[in-house]
Amino acid sequence: MSKDIRIKKGLNINLIGAAEQTTSKAVLSNVYALNLDDFHGITPKMLVKQGAEVKAGEPLFYNKNKEDMFFVSPVSGELVEIIRGARRKILTLKILADKTQEYLEHKTINIEKSDAESIKTFLLQSGGWSFLKQRPYDIIANPEITPKAIFISGYTTAPLAADANYVLNGKEAELQAAISALGKLTPGQVHVSVGGAGNSPLEKLDGITLHKVSGPHPAGLVGTQINKIDPINKGEVAWTVTPQDLVIIGELLLTGKFNAERIIALAGSVVKAPKYYSTKIGAEISTFLYGSGVNQDKFRLINGDVLTGSKTHPEGYLGFYNNTVTAIPEGDDYEFFGWNKPVFNKISSTRALTFSWMQPKKKYDLDTNTNGEHRAFVVTGLYEDVFPLDIYPLQLLKACMVKDLDEMEQLGLYEVAPEDFSLTEFICISKQPHQQIIREGLDLLHQEIG
Amino acid sequence: MKEKLHQIKLKYRGKKMAPAFNAIHTFLYSPNETTHSGSHVRSADDLKRTMNTVIMALVPCLLFGIFNAGYQHYSAINGFPAEFSLFEHFLTWENFWLGAITVLPIVIVSYGVGLAIEFIFAVIKGHEVEEGYLVTGMLVPLIVPVDTPLWMLAVAVAFGVVIGKEVFGGTGMNILNPALTIRAFLFFAYPTWMSGDKVWVHGAKEGVTQAGSADAISGETVLGYLAQGSTEFSYSLSDMFYGFIPGSVGETSTVLILLGGLFLVFSKIASWRIMLSAVIGSLAMGLIFNGIVAAEWIPEYSKFYGLMNFEYWQHLLVGGLAFGIVFMATDPVTGSQTNRGKWIYGFLIGFMSVMIRVFNPGYPEGVFLAILLMNVFAPTIDHYVVRGNIKRRMKRLKTATIHPKVTDGVEALKTETV
Repeated sequence: MSKDIRIKKGLNINLIGAAEQTTSKAVLSNVYALNLDDFHGITPKMLVKQGAEVKAGEPLFYNKNKEDMFFVSPVSGELVEIIRGARRKILTLKILADKTQEYLEHKTINIEKSDAESIKTFLLQSGGWSFLKQRPYDIIANPEITPKAIFISGYTTAPLAADANYVLNGKEAELQAAISALGKLTPGQVHVSVGGAGNSPLEKLDGITLHKVSGPHPAGLVGTQINKIDPINKGEVAWTVTPQDLVIIGELLLTGKFNAERIIALAGSVVKAPKYYSTKIGAEISTFLYGSGVNQDKFRLINGDVLTGSKTHPEGYLGFYNNTVTAIPEGDDYEFFGWNKPVFNKISSTRALTFSWMQPKKKYDLDTNTNGEHRAFVVTGLYEDVFPLDIYPLQLLKACMVKDLDEMEQLGLYEVAPEDFSLTEFICISKQPHQQIIREGLDLLHQEIG
Repeated sequence: MKEKLHQIKLKYRGKKMAPAFNAIHTFLYSPNETTHSGSHVRSADDLKRTMNTVIMALVPCLLFGIFNAGYQHYSAINGFPAEFSLFEHFLTWENFWLGAITVLPIVIVSYGVGLAIEFIFAVIKGHEVEEGYLVTGMLVPLIVPVDTPLWMLAVAVAFGVVIGKEVFGGTGMNILNPALTIRAFLFFAYPTWMSGDKVWVHGAKEGVTQAGSADAISGETVLGYLAQGSTEFSYSLSDMFYGFIPGSVGETSTVLILLGGLFLVFSKIASWRIMLSAVIGSLAMGLIFNGIVAAEWIPEYSKFYGLMNFEYWQHLLVGGLAFGIVFMATDPVTGSQTNRGKWIYGFLIGFMSVMIRVFNPGYPEGVFLAILLMNVFAPTIDHYVVRGNIKRRMKRLKTATIHPKVTDGVEALKTETV
């Protein structure tokens, strides 16, 4: 029962500095780090002490609320530092990598013959579970709840993001293993979406419901696809997982080793030679950033794509879920009469003396300037043009801002993740922080309703 | 200059007067603010640009209003030219000068008083000066009679900005359109200055006399003539369309309003849904009235006959209907916020405007009352539109597949009811 999805509402943000499709090996990083902010909503309990030697794939900490959910080290080495913040909250774990990597070897399981329970236990123990996210709430999946379906997006529309087709090339065996295993965890379907070009390694897999997606961003966001395929109702749970994380899960199932290696895109107009690098989760960004070089000193380095990523710096580390690192110019400069001059070099969703509508294919060099100050919501009707979900975005945002739980539920907060509001945030004339508003709304709903 | 202003900004950061300085600073330079959370890049539009676009659409109406003020004044004295020529009779220095000295003071008072109050509130409340008044301040001079005393205007603006907007929390929070609140205040507080045949032409109130006669000049709007049951006005359809008729300063030229409206629709700043549905609504009401006349349900001596008999589509050419539809009904803050709601909201504005215009006993105009009324109902319209979405979601919920928690055991299999 395949269903093709055609998205009409949206906006493609074409930026300069797309990664060239060649992969280099990044310099080995000395130190690898896990940033615990990546695991939203998890309260970590350490399993090893500072200074302990760990193998790659050895558990570092577990989830205090689900004690059998382990989070593992991407590399083998010494846990050199536990950085804590206010109220001793653990922020970052740093591991000094060994010269030769040793892997903790799990006993592989036979996927065909295993039941859901043993696959679940295997993933929870081996750290593979941390890649499974659930909706509602956009958090790591709760192993106690059976999902109604699993959604995987293999279609890339986010600006400068790593192309799923390219990075998955040659990984069919791992993908198939992961899909077969995950398929056993849900009585529903495993929905996989790919672009229309027909060159995705995901297309030929067994045990999936394939969807061809076309249209502008956010067609590639899994939230858009869920809304079009099988929207989430109150009480339902769906899982999402990115195809690149499927590769790690697949390898874990096939070999018993947690191999944190992944191919990432280094992109952005600041990068001299934007291209793909093979590196590991948690690697220091400078190990590949300076391989390509940068063409200016003041730039914004982003762990992820420009719409949803988090701010970092060259000494920062590759995020747990990221396969894109973007560098764009900082925009902390004034512009003389910037509010009334005709604008040719920035993207706009209106035509108010802004001319990006004339050249939809043109590539832009956007910086981090907000192009205006924060205001109350004034203009209406623009979000709807780039928001393909069957949800009223403005009304939902307002419900979150006033913390009206009933409204939040009724207007469909269960169906969305912050990233679904990245495009409305981009075009917002009042420069409101949409993703933050939605994140806080989700956290509140999770806390109150569970 | 750029560096100096930056230093001053840093120096005054957190001080009481910072919002006032920032307002001027951001007027000169768009700020150096960068993104902190969420999307790292943002689109080029901000509220200043949005408001500026509306002002650009209004400038032709203002310029036309200036010339028309002079043209109406001199024509009332000397009689209308027999053979009208645009450059000989309308776009003259004489007209412009007279218009400028009557209209520009209104613009200055409107902006001066309004912005002063905005600045004071921003400093007291410690938020940035918001851009909403840039448009309001431009709208106000265009919707008042040319001879409105400046002190009245100042009082009305103060009332409108404080009661119409700031008490609700400023731009984006108000329920009623501030410009129309100002207009309504003037209308109800000083009706003799807002209606009748003596207010639409400069000098009529002071008793300037016609050339070669002792009679004072006067100028009745087309709607005024119709309300009196008279169809003996000398304005042709093209006069009405191009705007060479008496009326509030900026509302007369339907052609320039139309161009402004097209510009706003093209630039995606104003909602085409509201404009189109309001036009449809006014045509519908006009047709109903025409139908009543055609069916001879009302006698010719009825005082509504004149306005009811007025050709339905010509309602758009006279009075403030076109101006209200393009520039006032489309105010996103006070209007309907959902796309479907906009259709209903616009339609009702057009419908009500013509209805009030015909049935208003004292003053043959109803656009501002209709829009204010619909401002109040816009949240209700949105509420029902959004309910539709919620209902759809509730319906879907019935087919939800909710799996029990593993720990709950089998008997816990039950669907949650909402």
